Amino acid sequence: MTEPLIKIEDLSLGFTAKDGRQAPILRGLSLELAPGETLGIVGESGSGKSTVALAMMGYLKPGLSVFRGRAVFDGNDMFALPEKERTSLRGSSIALIPQNAGQALTPTLKIGQQIDEALRLHTALNADERKIKVLELLNRVRLPSPEDIAERYPHELSGGQQQRAAVAMALAGNAKALLLDEPTTGLDVTTQAHILEFLRSLAKELGVAMIYVSHDLGVIARVADRVAVMYAGMLVEEGPTRDVLRAPNHPYTRGLLASIPRLGEPGIPASMPGVPPAVGSELTACAFADRCPQVRPHCKDGVPVLEPRGECQVRCPFAGEPAPDHLSTLREPQVREARALELQDVAISYHKPGFMNRWLKKPEPAPTVDRAGFVLKKGETLGLVGESGSGKSTILRAIAGLAGTRKGSVTLGDGESLNAPVAGRNRETLRRVQMIFQNADASLNPRQSIGEILMAPLKLYFGLKGAEAQARAEALLEAVRLPARYMSHFPGQLSGGEKQRVGVARAFAANPEVTLCDEVTSALDVSVQAAALALLTRLQRENGSSYIFVSHDLAVVRAVSDRVAVLYQGRICESGPAEQVYAPPYHPYTQTLMGAVLEPDPDTAPTLLANDMSEKAPPATGCPFQRRCAKRIGSICDTMVPPAQELADGHVIHCHIRMSAAGCQEAAAVPELMPAE
Amino acid sequence: MLKLLATIASKPSGALGLGLTLFHLALAVLAPWIAPFDPTAQNADAILLAPNATHLMGTDTLGRDVFSRVVHGGRLAIAVTFTAAVIATLWGGFAGIFFGTVGGRVDEYSMRIVDAFLSMPWLLFLLLIISIGGAGPLTIIPNLGFFYGVAVLRVVRGAAMQVSARDFVTAAKARGEALWPILTREMFPNLSDILLVEGAMRWSWMLLAFSSLSFLGFGATPPTPDWGLMVAQERGLLSTAPWGVFWPCVALSSLIIGINLLADAVGKALGLDRATAVAV
Amino acid sequence: MPSLILRRFGFAAFTIGFVSIVMFAAVEALPGNVCTSFLQRFAQGPRLERCIEQQGLDRSALARYGDWVAGAAQGDFGYSLKKRKPINELIWERFRNTALLGGLAALLAIPFAIFLGIAAGVRRDRPLDLSLSGAAMLAMTVPEFVTATALIYVFAISLQWFPAVTIVSPGAGFLQMLPNIVLPVIVLSAVLIAHIMRMMRASVIDVMASDYVQMARLKGVPERQIIWKHVVPNAMIPALNVIALTIAWLLAGVVVVEKVFNYPGLGTLMIQAIYDRDLPMVQAIALIFSVIYVGVNLLADLTALALDPRLRRKGH
Repeated sequence: MTEPLIKIEDLSLGFTAKDGRQAPILRGLSLELAPGETLGIVGESGSGKSTVALAMMGYLKPGLSVFRGRAVFDGNDMFALPEKERTSLRGSSIALIPQNAGQALTPTLKIGQQIDEALRLHTALNADERKIKVLELLNRVRLPSPEDIAERYPHELSGGQQQRAAVAMALAGNAKALLLDEPTTGLDVTTQAHILEFLRSLAKELGVAMIYVSHDLGVIARVADRVAVMYAGMLVEEGPTRDVLRAPNHPYTRGLLASIPRLGEPGIPASMPGVPPAVGSELTACAFADRCPQVRPHCKDGVPVLEPRGECQVRCPFAGEPAPDHLSTLREPQVREARALELQDVAISYHKPGFMNRWLKKPEPAPTVDRAGFVLKKGETLGLVGESGSGKSTILRAIAGLAGTRKGSVTLGDGESLNAPVAGRNRETLRRVQMIFQNADASLNPRQSIGEILMAPLKLYFGLKGAEAQARAEALLEAVRLPARYMSHFPGQLSGGEKQRVGVARAFAANPEVTLCDEVTSALDVSVQAAALALLTRLQRENGSSYIFVSHDLAVVRAVSDRVAVLYQGRICESGPAEQVYAPPYHPYTQTLMGAVLEPDPDTAPTLLANDMSEKAPPATGCPFQRRCAKRIGSICDTMVPPAQELADGHVIHCHIRMSAAGCQEAAAVPELMPAE
Repeated sequence: MLKLLATIASKPSGALGLGLTLFHLALAVLAPWIAPFDPTAQNADAILLAPNATHLMGTDTLGRDVFSRVVHGGRLAIAVTFTAAVIATLWGGFAGIFFGTVGGRVDEYSMRIVDAFLSMPWLLFLLLIISIGGAGPLTIIPNLGFFYGVAVLRVVRGAAMQVSARDFVTAAKARGEALWPILTREMFPNLSDILLVEGAMRWSWMLLAFSSLSFLGFGATPPTPDWGLMVAQERGLLSTAPWGVFWPCVALSSLIIGINLLADAVGKALGLDRATAVAV
Repeated sequence: MPSLILRRFGFAAFTIGFVSIVMFAAVEALPGNVCTSFLQRFAQGPRLERCIEQQGLDRSALARYGDWVAGAAQGDFGYSLKKRKPINELIWERFRNTALLGGLAALLAIPFAIFLGIAAGVRRDRPLDLSLSGAAMLAMTVPEFVTATALIYVFAISLQWFPAVTIVSPGAGFLQMLPNIVLPVIVLSAVLIAHIMRMMRASVIDVMASDYVQMARLKGVPERQIIWKHVVPNAMIPALNVIALTIAWLLAGVVVVEKVFNYPGLGTLMIQAIYDRDLPMVQAIALIFSVIYVGVNLLADLTALALDPRLRRKGH
């Protein structure tokens, strides 16, 4: 066996409190990585995965210190090395590709200057050679027109381009190992798929080792040879990617995999109860014992050790025993014929013509959202799906009265108009439409107790006060499965999942007919997400409320929706019953999105249709997807709004290509698949 | 509140700030009982006496007891600036929260005017007003209150904008809450910390400004015992009788430093880093 | 880009217009008028009539405002009541002296303060930072007249290195003025340094915690280069506006410091004019100070524009 390139031995590190108590973030972690190998480190927030990656470079975030153990890179004990040598290794032999390139690039330096800096530090090239090398590197990461990009400042690039520029910078010093810290988190799915494919081919081409840190098993499945699963600062399972994902041994890995919604499987994934132990807390038992469906008394006796199992290592003495099935639950929607909400030909624009523009009669830009129309039935869930900038949240805000409509009509089932903004609606109308927000942290006032938060709508809509309001608020907490003692707690004392439950309870305090869910689970870890989805589904069954569920995650939308509308640049591309939208025939954009989805399965590969160009504004005429479409059939796409082709059962596709229910497309254009990079 | 005071006092600088401020407040309140002499009583037989057992800090050009004058010397300044600080915090804070919450054109145009106000050297403007309206507390209090209020407004409005962009405010707006409950229940509790620190900080700058005005002859009027005025009056004899200048300087500086340290400590204890907005 | 610069100039013009209106209106709001205020109990008969005629008070407020602004733009600030001379004849030498004092203080203080701020921010919470921050706290909180008095006591009275008060005439040459200017410049710079340093320190600390500084470290950039190439340019941007605002401090401080040292500048002239109730003179000096101040703010805005590519090219 070859000498490992990176070897972490029994590494413990963390904070030290003033009284000398140690709060560990990593607890006795050991890992090895062979040259040229790709290791995926996966875990939820607080698991310590990013800390491990940075430790490999001998870097500790301020306030942290090593308690015990070593991190050896290429024969160098990184924490024992003198500062100067460590600095010279960083960026040359071992380079980082950061999570958010937009914030990791210095705003006042041009892209070219930043790459040049890395070259100057780590190579012996002279200025002219470096200039050529910069362009070469930008070319290598497949950025268009390198000369131009080199002269730009970071904020002038799109998210995907920034990420590529960061990769170019990491490649400047002929690295033996690349550390990738969630490099695609925050990017749109199509951009993510492109970057991942590019990184895969790069690793192969250069024979460089990669450590890929991510919370997303789908991403890990695509890039990693081996996977390390982290929980509470420890490795709970480690082994070849296929083994770990196909036949997980540790109950946590099993639970994690089961809680991920899949494109092909409708229904709510099984959820994991509880929350991980707090970062830095003292452990005397298996860290997962409190959440484990197979827990036994013995599990509480001590922290189990990592034991080999086949090619894997597992931290659970009962790993060999048969595991209970994690079953996803099918939704049982109770959709009634009556309408709850209808949008007709709605246009929304944030553009307010300024004094000068009005005076000069400058043409208005195309509205953010246009031609939006759909019907929401009582008890139904409509999923709105699209990438960032698709206008999905804007539509929700318009329904909630937070954004004005420029055109068209929004009406409730009984004909009550919602065209007016909040100020123009009466209290009863307001009550009927409620919103749940993406980020539970931001949507609860940190200075109000949970009781106050829940009683505000009760007072506003029903005039409830005192004991009556108190009782009703407690009932609401009960409905979202939170203890009544939380009434006097403040949001800061709750976990992320619990806060989101309070957000849900607040919306249901109004007993709404239409509930608007804006990316309600995207800030949550997957294991918590599943529970939140189950909660929303149960409440819908109990209250008969209709949902509009907005998300960028196609699998999540699939899990909860009866009908789905796919949005691009504020225009609906395709809509219809979920099972039909998620099956051919597709709108070219839907197909692009579906192709880019990554599933936690090492044997599926994304299909890359269209490029990952990011568009800032919708085109003025024609099809919204014209500029990126891989199947465009000609100038008609640029000039004419595509017709709505109704296939069976209200499945509508807005495209110039003729579709038929059978799925074949009669247009001359042959889909041109772009090869995976 | 007690917990906050304990956090403040746990650090040396906070404890010093709190101690100095309380000491001066106590001194100002108890001055008539502490001072051995009438601070305005002249004594032709005791002119410019060096510090001694009877006159702990000596006497001034008119034979007045410097110790008694120093003990009384903060009363007017503290009363004037504290009143002005309360006015500034109240109006600036309210307007700041209001504009930060409503946003839009109203906010945009108002901020142009606020910026214009901040773009003039207000102390000079205050001097212009004094030359029109005359010196003295009645001219100074409203003007200090107004001008410092503009600065408070700017800071609070910036913070309020950040708060109002958060989803809990959006939630309240979407729910249909009226403006007043949004301002008082959603916004204010999240901005009260900033207001408290702002108020304290502005108070210390006002003391600085008021004593400077007194020194120039536009604040306190003789024979009122006032630190700034005392320095101005006794400055000519700095070489022969430095005690008449020294003690008022010490008293004034220690009070301003005390309040400043206290405001800093309050800010840190509440988790605000006030350093970034020092001079606004 | 040109439109951004134009916008900054536009705002400066708006501000000066606004300030001049407020100042003019403040005097108009006076019970009586400039002449009755100046003449007090002698405000009657031919003296009052002569004064009113000389100040042009028989015309409408709007016309007088127009004249005032148009005159000021050409350097004509009207007629002093006390000195009975055109104001511009009286202020030129004074303006030069004040500019010398303030300019020298700013020139010394700003680079020095920025440097100290960087040093303190980089060594946050270490002895150097704690002592610098402590000193800044003192310099900011102790009133200028107290600092000045202390300096006079030590350097003028005890050591007799510099004169305690300025005794040369306002028209004296630079070399004659120099020994008189040392102590005032020190007092003014101390306050300036304190404010700018504190801001720069906070800004540096902010930037040091940013993702891109961590990235530079992980890229293997040596600490010194990180500070000068990655931290300082980014920390300067937010600090600039505060530097401009501390100029307000400088201008207010100038008045006090000139008074303490009896320095023949605009500040002492203004205070004398207030004692004399010579309102046209007070108005003129306040306006000059405002224009300087707005100009400094404009300069800061333009520098920020030059430093920050995000402001310069929004979108692409």
